[in-house]
This record gives sequence, structure tokens and C-alpha cells, in this order.
Amino acid sequence: MPGLRHIISMKELSREDIERILEKARELERFARKERSNMLEGSVLATLFYEPSTRTRLSFETAMKRLGGEVIDMVSKEVSSAAKGESLADTIRVVDKYADVIVLRHPKEGSARMAAEFSSVPIINAGDGAGHHPTQTRLDLYTIMRVSCLEGLNIALAGDLKYGRTVHSLAYALSLFGANITLVSPKQLRIPEFIKSDLRARGIGIRETESLESVMNEVDVLYVTRIQRERFPDHEEYMKVAGVYRITGKLLDGVRDNLIIMHPLPRIDEIAPDVDRTKHAKYFEQAFYGVPVRMALLSMLLEAE
Amino acid sequence: MREKDVRVLPIRNGTVIDHITAGQALNVLKILGITDKSNSVVSVAMNVPSSVIGTKDIVKVEDRELIEDEVNRISLISPKATINIIRGYEVVMKHRVELPARVDGVVKCVNPNCISNTSEPVVSKFLVSGKPVMLRCAYCDYVISENIAAHLI
Ligand SMILES: [Zn+2]
Repeated sequence: MPGLRHIISMKELSREDIERILEKARELERFARKERSNMLEGSVLATLFYEPSTRTRLSFETAMKRLGGEVIDMVSKEVSSAAKGESLADTIRVVDKYADVIVLRHPKEGSARMAAEFSSVPIINAGDGAGHHPTQTRLDLYTIMRVSCLEGLNIALAGDLKYGRTVHSLAYALSLFGANITLVSPKQLRIPEFIKSDLRARGIGIRETESLESVMNEVDVLYVTRIQRERFPDHEEYMKVAGVYRITGKLLDGVRDNLIIMHPLPRIDEIAPDVDRTKHAKYFEQAFYGVPVRMALLSMLLEAE
Repeated sequence: MREKDVRVLPIRNGTVIDHITAGQALNVLKILGITDKSNSVVSVAMNVPSSVIGTKDIVKVEDRELIEDEVNRISLISPKATINIIRGYEVVMKHRVELPARVDGVVKCVNPNCISNTSEPVVSKFLVSGKPVMLRCAYCDYVISENIAAHLI
């Protein structure tokens, strides 16, 4: 893809770019299942995780290995000792001599962009502080494409819409496909005003509500996120909102036949276990789709070399 | 004799920055990197009545012709400023400041968790748009649109 040199944020991509990545993921999905491939044989991926995110790291490692590539990683202990002495810029300029592509997760916002300035190989941002986490958004889109339909979607985003950047990034991406978005959150956790006006400016339908029950029966996708305790000044405030959007089997009475429920995982208790057995539950499939999507990104970045 | 001629004497060679937003003269010096350690002869007039913008500040820097990159940074805090290059008491060049597309190392990112506020070997970098002037951090995307002068490095 012309210009696809690093994967830093979602905003840099057009609808066509996203579609090409999703198509590529569809093409490679079979290698995430039974079939074997040596497409990336001889290539080395380095994972640099300055904060732990085992799932994301495993998903990248799986994607690389299933395409025949190798993985080296700095385990978090080494990384944290490096963090004290060595700058990220220096670490990048060492590791880019060993690897053909680097996956980076770092607590500082903008670190992936800075790493890209110093790196001679592609950087994939696997989360920078409260900043971007673009590969999560891509796998969310891929999941919707595979089990629902991206075009003209009715979707409800529920939970922490204030701090949850995953949700912001997803909402921006969905706006490229003309979605109708319902924002469901307690008052304290509403989506920031500037994001809402950005989304409206893109010409998509937005509505806000506090009541999940009132929208359950009208949507094709229900995207649930965690409400994180550390966002609240005290336990009492947290408890007031923590349990409000618990999805249970009973709540699914009368929903659309094609409704799918998504969650970036891990869940705490936002979704009751009895939902897992319903046809609506797609969150484990969603986790699996992280592999073909990351395969697509790796192969596109490495082929572009 | 016009009032301003009394307040600030003409200079032989150098740069006159006129029509600075009143109160911003010292910040202009800061942006230009003119400190108590500089050797340049500098005169500053503040809150001078102006027929164009009410009141204004003026800065004169002798024996130094400021280059475009330097002066355009002034537009961040004083969009109406004009630049006069003086040679032998004559204005040889006169133009308005223009918003630069990008400013490096001039403004500090307000996001405490931004990578540009660490010991990494990078300077702050902002993409500029107007009007009103808006700065977007090229690293973390944070936006500064108010009181830019307070964030000068
Ligand atoms: Zn910043």
C-alpha cells in the first residue's frame, strides 16, 4: 500500500486503506486456522512492551509465526531496566538492526510516532499511553465485517465512553462507513464533546442515552467496554456506575435476530456467562480475528519493503 | 512629528517588528531567543496608541536582520505583527508575519504524559492551523488553542 510505512493511528487511514487491510486479512484468515504458510519466512518481528499486555503480544507473535516468521522480544523486566537508563530512541536504533518490524507498547503518548522517526524499519503501535491502539480498532472492524455488515450499521457503544480511547477510535472509523451510533453511558462517562462534534461533522447519526434497555432491541451491534476502577476518585463513585450495564441472557429477550455482542476483553462482569452460549456472543471470535488482522498488517508492511 | 517617532528612535540597520498585540512584546523577545545574555541592542515600546489596532507593542532589534522562520513564529501570539527590515535608516523590506505550518521547539506540550515532555532526544513539534490559531502536538495530538504565550519554551 503506498505510504503504509508504519501503523501509528487510525485517523491517518482512509476508507479505502481500511478496506484493503480488511481484504488482506480475509485472504490470510485461513493461515490463522489450519493451513500453514511460509510467506514471512526469514523475517524477524521484535516486540517491545514497556507495559504488559499479554494478549496483544501473543496475538502479534501468533500472526508472525503462523506466516513462517520469527519473533524476538524484550521481556518486560529488561525493558523496564532499559527504561530507567536508555532512551526509547536509543533502544529503537538498536533493535531496528535486529528486526524487520517492531511492535511497540509504551506508556507515553506519542511514543509510537517518535519511535517511527528514529526507526529504519516499520513500527506498529500496540498502544501508547492513553493514546492510540489502532490494531484493536482494525480487528473490531474486521469482526463486524465478518459477522455483520460494516455499511450503514446500527451500533450501540456502551460503558466508559469518556476515557475509552478504543471506543473513540472505533467511532471515527465507523463514521467512514456511515454508521448510526448510539452512545450509552452514565453521565460521568459520556464521550467528550469535541469527539461528538467531530463525528457529527462527518455526517453520521449520533444519539446519547443512559439506558441500555431502551436501545437493545434496535441495534445490530452492541459494543461493551469495561468501566475501569482507576478512573474514579473513590470506591463509592465507582460502585455507582460499575454494574449498570451488565448484559445478561434475560436482557436479550426481544433483540434483533442478527444482534452481535462485542467486547475487547478481558471482561470483569459486564457480560454474564450465560450470554456466552447465545448466538449473539462474538467476543471470543473477535479475539481470534486479531490474528488475521495482524497477519495482514505484518505482511503489508514487510512486502512494502 | 508623529507620536511613535518620539517614543522609539529610528534604527540604522536591523529589524523593526511593529503592530505586535499589546502586551506581547516580551513574549516576542522570548520567541526570538533574545535574552539578557544577547548582545543585540533592543528597544521595546509597549501599549503605543495605534490607528490600526488600538494599542500595540513595538520591538526594534539593531544590526540583526531576522529570518523568515524566526519571525513567522511571532504570528502564534501576535497575528497582525509586521516586519520591517531596515538598512541605512530605510525600510528595504516590509511584510506581515504568516502562520508557519509547523513549529519545532517553540511551545511546550501541555500533556504531561506526552513523549515530548520526557528526556527523549526530541523537541516539541506542533502542527499549526488558524484562525484562531490552533496548535496540535505532532506526537500526542493534544491541542493548544488558548493562551499560547503561557506555553512558550
Ligand atoms: Zn504532546
